[in-house]
Amino acid sequence: MSIDSMFVHKMWDDHELSKMVKSGVPFPMLSDAGGRVGRVFGVYDEDAGVETRGRFIIDPDGIVQGYEVLTPPVGRNVNETFRQVQAFQLVRESKGSQATPSGWRPGKMTLKPGPDLVGNVWKEWKTSMAFD
Amino acid sequence: MAEEVKAGCARPTGGPVGEKVSEEVHEKQIAKKEAAPMIQVGRKAPDFSAPGYQKGKFINITLSEYLGKWVLLCFYPGDFTFV
Repeated sequence: MSIDSMFVHKMWDDHELSKMVKSGVPFPMLSDAGGRVGRVFGVYDEDAGVETRGRFIIDPDGIVQGYEVLTPPVGRNVNETFRQVQAFQLVRESKGSQATPSGWRPGKMTLKPGPDLVGNVWKEWKTSMAFD
Repeated sequence: MAEEVKAGCARPTGGPVGEKVSEEVHEKQIAKKEAAPMIQVGRKAPDFSAPGYQKGKFINITLSEYLGKWVLLCFYPGDFTFV
């Protein structure tokens, strides 16, 4: 979503993005002329008249599970976004019985929060696991 | 899910869905924006509808149509920007 019209979205997809992604962008490119939606999400820059690089993970109940907002010159890390979505999906599927510690990625161990884990995380999770 | 829209000369816009906000209230909200964050993790995402483009069609999308699915909502400064 950006402040550009859907006509400009089409031009960008036709002339540039379709050269990066085979058959163009598959998902909807939304238009927020005037920044009314961006303002509600806190990403509209009133001075510049554009939206900053906001990214919101919204779960199947419509709940915001996480967000990240960057100023324009720095691009996102798509892998990190996917990792977060996979972590939120795992937690949801486990109905909250599992939690993903720092550095978790698919395949790594999860924690089962409960009375037995209090004060014992050090036995299960090592600092090195925070890093890849 | 997404309703197709006819492309006319008028530039279509979307906006928040739900309670109507008068201009006056709107101004106040902008003024206090910095003090009160509107998005909080663990809370409902504000619903909105917006026109857009997808695979050769002009469409209109409402966030609440995606209940039951995971949604990644990304904002960016503008088409043809570089990163």
